[in-house]
Parts: sequence; structure tokens; C-alpha cells
Amino acid sequence: MSIMQRVSDAIAQTDSSLAIASTDWVIPTVQAVHIVAIAIVMSATAMLNLRLAGFIGQESSVRRLANRSLPWLWWTLPVLLATGLVMIVGEPARELTNAYFWSKMAMVLLAVILTLVLQRLLDDCPYREMSPAKRRATRALSLVSLALWLAIIFCGRWIAYS
Amino acid sequence: MALQESLAWLEAQPFATAVAESGWLFPAIEVVHVVALTLVVGSIAMLDLRLLGVSRKDYGVLELAAQTLPWTWGAFVVALVSGLLMFASAATTYAANVPFRFKLVLIVLAGINMAVFHVTAYRTVHRWNHQLPTPLAARVAGTLSLAFWIGVVFLGRWIGFV
Repeated sequence: MSIMQRVSDAIAQTDSSLAIASTDWVIPTVQAVHIVAIAIVMSATAMLNLRLAGFIGQESSVRRLANRSLPWLWWTLPVLLATGLVMIVGEPARELTNAYFWSKMAMVLLAVILTLVLQRLLDDCPYREMSPAKRRATRALSLVSLALWLAIIFCGRWIAYS
Repeated sequence: MALQESLAWLEAQPFATAVAESGWLFPAIEVVHVVALTLVVGSIAMLDLRLLGVSRKDYGVLELAAQTLPWTWGAFVVALVSGLLMFASAATTYAANVPFRFKLVLIVLAGINMAVFHVTAYRTVHRWNHQLPTPLAARVAGTLSLAFWIGVVFLGRWIGFV
């Protein structure tokens, strides 16, 4: 038996896990909250990343958009983690023994790190005053982070099918 | 009954049986649906919260609407097409699914709310574009819209649990 299988067996025997698993409405409710939170994160980051990548909204400044968008991301991530945790406790084997789940976690971590780097770059120097090299780096970072969020949604949904 | 026959006909279409029989097509369409709905709900929520005077107050209502609405509509079309494909794959089952029915009702209500807002308060938006607090009619429309769309997410998630 793999370690993760043992861990999920142990979690499955806790009172909290049994309580979640035996109450019909908890998992769908928590999943719905999780999706509303993803909607907030996706919309905030997609606009910022597409603006940085040069696809949209040249008329409004990057700094203004970043100041408006990133707090939503940072305040919503804890909601995603909390609802995600309830799902893990409720159905540990579904998540912990699933390769898509672990890929998703790795990508979430990477996306958070990339966003912090991006935020740092933008705080240091307004986008329009950046050197061409730094601009290219910022643009590449934003495209990668956009791709990561999409891949995170993909893996999140695929957990249910594997 | 004519409706049952139409649903059965839809379900028998080659594209519908292809979605129903393929192991990966349905989840793949579902991923597209989830990405689209996060952008629909997120972009609508941004504008709703502005109508409530809660967030993005440095943007005029018109400016924010111009930034978000193309996203809302573009993503809505993607959500609609992907939703129709999933619906077709098991049309008779979905039509009998209670959360699915209520979800459609809420989408229609959200549309009516938007239409009413457009022919009332939004007509004079140039007068209250930057005014805070926003007019009562705008706050009512924003609150209803948030409630309807969050309801749509909840019911959408519930379709798979009954």
C-alpha cells in the first residue's frame, strides 16, 4: 500500500471525514464555493495577465489594474485552500491518491510564486518604464501564469474522471 | 409528447452520441465550460460590485463596463455552446434534472434583471458614472445579479449530485 493510500485511509477514519462523507450537501456546497472562488481568481488574473501579455486594454495602466486585481487573488486563495481542504478530508482517496490532484497542487504553488515575482517586478518599476528585456520577461511570466491557471482548472476537473 | 420527442431526437444526433460515448470528450467539454463560466461569473461580479459601490471605485461604471462586458459575452457564448453539447449528450436525463431546470430559470432571471437595468437606471448612467453611493436601482440590480449568478454556479454543481 502506498503512503498516500495509508494517509487517506487514516483521514477517512476521522470523525470529521465521516461527518462530511455522511452529509449529502457538504461536498457539492463546498465545490460550488470553490468554483465561485476560482471565478474570482481567474477573472482577476486573466485580465492582468492578458494586459501584460499585450492582448487587451492598452488604455488602462498596468499598475492600476494590478493594484485592483491582485488583492482579490490573495484574499480568495485562502477560500480555495479552505474549501479544498474540506474536500480532501471528506474524500481523501479521491484527491490524495490522484496524480491530477498532485499536478494541480504543484501548479498552484508555481502560479503563486510566479505571481509574487510578477508583483515584485511591477512594484519595482512601472511597466512602461521597463527595459525591453525586462518587459519581455514580464510578458513571458504572465503568459506562463495564465497557462498555469488554465491547466489548474483542467486538472481540477479531471480529478473527478481519473 | 413533443418535447420528449425533440429531446430524444437531439440525444440521437451523431455529435450527441459522440460526446456520450467518448471517454474524454465530455470531461474535456466540461473543462471548457468551467473556464468559460469562471470568466462569465467573475467579470459580471466585478461590474456588480462596482454597481454596489463596493470595489473598483476609481473606475467609472462606463469604463469598467467597457472593459468587462466583451469578456462576459464572449465567455457566455463559449459556456452556452459547451453547455449545449453536454446537454445534448443526455438531453432527456438533464431535462428531468431538477437543479438543471432551476439553473435555466436563474439564467433567464439574470437576463431579465440585466434587461430591466438597461432600460431603467443604465439609461442615465452618464449622470451617476462616478457618483457614490450609486443609485438604489443600480444597487438592486447588482445585488440581484450577484445572487442569480452565484445561484447558477451552485445549481450547476448540483446537477451532478442528484
